[in-house]
Amino acid sequence: MSNPTHLQYTEEHEWLTTAEVGAVATVGITAHAADALGDIVYVQLPEVGDTVTAGETCGELESTKSVSDLFSPATGEVTEVNQAVIDDPALVNAEAFEGAWLFKVRVEATDKLLSAEEYTAFIGG
Amino acid sequence: MSLRLTALDALHRSLGATMTDFAGWDMPLRYGSEREEHLAVRTKAGLFDLSHMGEITVSGPQAGEFLDHALVGFISALGVLRARYTMICREDGGILDDLIVYRTAENEYMVVANASNAQVVLDALAARTEGFDVQVRDDRDAYALIAVQGPEANGILGSVTDADLPGLKYYALLPATVAGKDVWLARTGYTGEDGFEIFCAPADAAHLWTALTEAGADKGLVPCGLSCRDTLRLEAGMPLYGHELTTELTPFDAGLGRVVRFDKTTNGGEFVGRKALEAAAAQAEANPPRKLVGLVSDGKRVPRAEYTVVAGDGTPIGTITSGSPSPTLGKPIAIAYVDAAHAEPGTAVAVDVRGKHEPVEVVALPFYKRAR
Repeated sequence: MSNPTHLQYTEEHEWLTTAEVGAVATVGITAHAADALGDIVYVQLPEVGDTVTAGETCGELESTKSVSDLFSPATGEVTEVNQAVIDDPALVNAEAFEGAWLFKVRVEATDKLLSAEEYTAFIGG
Repeated sequence: MSLRLTALDALHRSLGATMTDFAGWDMPLRYGSEREEHLAVRTKAGLFDLSHMGEITVSGPQAGEFLDHALVGFISALGVLRARYTMICREDGGILDDLIVYRTAENEYMVVANASNAQVVLDALAARTEGFDVQVRDDRDAYALIAVQGPEANGILGSVTDADLPGLKYYALLPATVAGKDVWLARTGYTGEDGFEIFCAPADAAHLWTALTEAGADKGLVPCGLSCRDTLRLEAGMPLYGHELTTELTPFDAGLGRVVRFDKTTNGGEFVGRKALEAAAAQAEANPPRKLVGLVSDGKRVPRAEYTVVAGDGTPIGTITSGSPSPTLGKPIAIAYVDAAHAEPGTAVAVDVRGKHEPVEVVALPFYKRAR
């Protein structure tokens, strides 16, 4: 599966649309991660107004077989969460890079991010 | 140690299966969505590679009596071409494995053990042969095993065999020809659906898989992995060794005391574990320590194996042995051992899901039973 080149990635398999400080980034998990998890049945996201921290847990993704922590790729305040994904977690499997974004965060800082090319190499693709 | 590959390994890879290490075997976990595979078995049909299961052939003039001695079941009373669910226990009553025994001839039986326990079962059987005119043969490499499960299984298999499928009862088997290959065809399975298990030569497995895939193409048959096998058996309330069954438990602890046949007439009624199992039976009758129950959640978070079950006041009362979202029920389900005082269906308890107590209700097993 190809990883869109306009996104940036973490080694924890999140993507975000921008790392620019002060901008609002949209955050999701990669199709690779969604595929590895299997059918996702429950998504717990941070709430609007929460402050999340880059590299730290901010929610969880539960699939048929396992539970995985959701890490935030950026530090900042959460400005919006995707109710459609909370209502229908299977969206994450179907449209990881598009409809199934998870939350939006006003970026204050990020840890090290990967380009699409670097992420693709990281996952051995 | 490298993983063992089944005879269908290349086919799984060509189908894009996600593979997983299961008891030393590289097995398909799922091909696409495990939920869709699960629902296909409930509504149409699924095709499984179960070649990791351990076949052991027991033969000889005293094969039946020997198995009566070595296992807890009354195996010699089984008719030829019939199968039985049974267990092999230690002297102290602890469960070594749960088994299906197929009587393939007057003096021959095929014992099918779980992949993870096949060597343990083989060793235990071999150690129990003294004084019996019997041979125990490791046939793990002699068979591949393919299962077709689901309401369409009968029609799909029927289109590639002349065997009398309507005449084949549940828990019965027959030697048959399927797609031109000689097999043992059994009406058994682990999904809660009608279905068949086909024991074949490994060299024939790919041919049979392909023939069944083609026969099932217009009937909704899909290849299914171990992931949906586990959710199917969980809905059907079937125990899984290492989860509901362990060496620390007796069949009576697991609510499966009926498999222990104290009424055996061979070997003077003696069998390995008898004394301990009699005590376990008495205790289960008088004062059961814990009971195996079903739990259903109205929430979304899933109670999983090893999570603690708690009473309303937060007191620990049990442990989850298996838990998963149920694709058929659309809600999380689990099996747990709970204190007998909280085991009544309808009892409200909770599960500690990573620090938060999620309410669940005790229900009778199974969660799912097919309409017949």
